[in-house]
Amino acid sequence: MQVIAKRPETLTAEPFTYCPGCTHGIATRLIAEAIEEQGLINLMAGVAPVGCAVFAYKFFNFDMAEAAHGRAPAVATGMKRGRPNMHIFTYQGDGDLAAIGTAEIVHAANRGEHISVFFINNAIYGMTGGQMAPTTLAGMKTTTSPYGRNPEDIGYPIRMCELLSSLVAPYYIERVSLLSPGDILRAKKAVNKAIQYNKEERGFTFVELISTCPTNWGFDPDKAREWAKENMLPYYKLGVYRDKGAGVE
Amino acid sequence: MSKILMKGNEAVAEAAIRAGCRLYFAYPITPQSELIEYMAKMMPKVGGTFIQAESEIAAINMVYGAAGVGKRVMTSSSSPGISLKQEGISYMAGAELPAVIVNVQRGGPGLGDIQPAQGDYFQAVKGGGHGDYQLIVLAPSSVQEFADLAADAFDLADKYRNPVMILADGMLGQMMEPVEFKPAKTQEELDALANQHLSWCICPNADGDAKHHHEINSLELDPEILEKKVSKLYEKYAEVEKNEVRYETYNLSDDNEILCVAWGTAARVVKSAINELVAQGKSIGLVRPITCWPYPYEAIASAIGPKVKKVYVFELNSGQMVEDVMIAVNGKVPVDFWGKLGGIVFTPADIQAKLEACF
Amino acid sequence: MPRVTVDPFYCKGCGLCIIACPKKILRFSEDINDKGYHYAECFNQEDCTACRLCYITCPDVAITIEK
Ligand SMILES: Cc1ncc(C[n+]2csc(CCOP(=O)(O)OP(=O)(O)O)c2C)c(N)n1
Ligand code: SF4
Ligand code: SF4
Ligand code: SF4
Repeated sequence: MQVIAKRPETLTAEPFTYCPGCTHGIATRLIAEAIEEQGLINLMAGVAPVGCAVFAYKFFNFDMAEAAHGRAPAVATGMKRGRPNMHIFTYQGDGDLAAIGTAEIVHAANRGEHISVFFINNAIYGMTGGQMAPTTLAGMKTTTSPYGRNPEDIGYPIRMCELLSSLVAPYYIERVSLLSPGDILRAKKAVNKAIQYNKEERGFTFVELISTCPTNWGFDPDKAREWAKENMLPYYKLGVYRDKGAGVE
Repeated sequence: MSKILMKGNEAVAEAAIRAGCRLYFAYPITPQSELIEYMAKMMPKVGGTFIQAESEIAAINMVYGAAGVGKRVMTSSSSPGISLKQEGISYMAGAELPAVIVNVQRGGPGLGDIQPAQGDYFQAVKGGGHGDYQLIVLAPSSVQEFADLAADAFDLADKYRNPVMILADGMLGQMMEPVEFKPAKTQEELDALANQHLSWCICPNADGDAKHHHEINSLELDPEILEKKVSKLYEKYAEVEKNEVRYETYNLSDDNEILCVAWGTAARVVKSAINELVAQGKSIGLVRPITCWPYPYEAIASAIGPKVKKVYVFELNSGQMVEDVMIAVNGKVPVDFWGKLGGIVFTPADIQAKLEACF
Repeated sequence: MPRVTVDPFYCKGCGLCIIACPKKILRFSEDINDKGYHYAECFNQEDCTACRLCYITCPDVAITIEK
């Protein structure tokens, strides 16, 4: 008998600290698998965010840096410039990347830093207990938008793939979801492509993963996936926004 | 090597490059802009990295990343920009990352003005960022010393795995003086520097060691473990206090009737005033802290000669270092303070008048 | 014959693998693990096709599949 699916070598034995059924874990695994498949375990380093993935530095079985909230793209820039022969990625939530760290992500993308950014969009601040994120949908109730997000007052949810696609430098930008096995397989391809481009030093790569937060949305894990399909996907359109390697500009 | 006439801002940049710094990240601000401009010009010529970051916050986090991969790295700014860097400085102290931060101070608070000041002493020495930590703080008072301290700052940062701040001011940054540089590091020395931190920094797992897993991190949710980690930091700081205190004494003698304490640009002016008064037959000594942290408490205490009536502190602020002087003097003699605000630098005549009034 | 194993150490009993399995051969165990979760288990290895859907869906990388 042969093992055809198991924990990749690029993960430590440490169990994830995510809630049961939270798709953060799938994103974490896909990144680990891509790094293993590209044979990069000894040359890779990641930057963990402040958010539910704050312990990502314990999960990945290679060198990791913890960054201050939102600053991962700047930290990754310093790491990549300091050791250009290494390959660097960041793992960031939507509060981390699209609120407090907006300047850092926009400018790292604009410089075309040779890093990969994995952006977990769950429309909420998970770690701090379900507050409104810049990606929270219009009308969506959170602990800090108890009457529903009112776009007239606080603005519409930010679409980061679209925003970053207005920049010239980024090499690859795609939005995928983690809401069914099929979606996960498509997400796996996107994550693999980002890591492959990273390995080939093509430029800045960005994958947004539509994810769930069963705990703060108040649904069971399966219902959370259905809710995201119905409510998030119409606003956050899946697809390739930029792929210079495939002629998508 | 012969002396070159240079602005302090350029001299510190040149000295950093000679010390093996090949990564520099910063954001423009007066009165330190010559520094960032010098780096923009020179880094490409030595195969180094220069990035004009989108903000001081981004710059200090790039420094965090570059220090995390074990390389000599520097950033610089002036007061308002240094405020923005405090988040990153606290994280670097927590993660024990070596790096050099230059503050070419200007008048504050807020946007203040762009004239020389010393109002960031508390911020540099007593905290600045959140949590329990210490920066090593070096205060030059000439262009030559500004350059010399740059090289020393990198060595101290590497030795103690701690961020080091050079606390200068707009006067030192803008002023031109002759400087003699230490020779630049040889390729061999540069290679050694690039490899000195491989036991802990983020680096390729060259021999595929299954246990290789380096973390750059300041997070620890277990209070007992965090307490241990912070206590270890303070053991390290105690070592720094034991080994690295630096100061200059000037005209100290048992005849001193007044002992002055001043740092940086203020100390230069005080020295001129002392020279005048010594020529008139008065006896006044000076202690000039070069390390603002670790602070030369003992040096000041033992400089209080038998005839000293008063310790007089002069600063370009509302009275910040004077608190450390009071700790050092510990009530033995009265401590007086005089300072100028708003980015105004007092003149030797101002100081002379203050000192004459003591006799 | 393929074999699917769930490691109770990692499993958080979220049930996503149970939903994903086209053969419906996964269920919650009677036992609980150290964290108090009824972990998933396979009650009919014979029907497993090694399609990997359970592995792909599992957020806690608790599943190993052999063939
Ligand atoms: C400077 C700073 N501000 C606020 C916080 C508190 N904080 C921790 S995580 C977080 C939000 C995380 O949300 P998100 O990035 O969406 O990630 P998720 O937890 O949903 O994965 C906040 C506000 C912090 N750690 N640092
Ligand atoms: S709080 Fe939400 S996002 Fe965070 S781990 Fe739990 S379910 Fe996932
Ligand atoms: S491999 Fe397929 S058939 Fe086998 S248990 Fe998993 S999902 Fe079911
Ligand atoms: S998907 Fe994973 S964690 Fe969830 S019940 Fe199945 S094995 Fe357990």
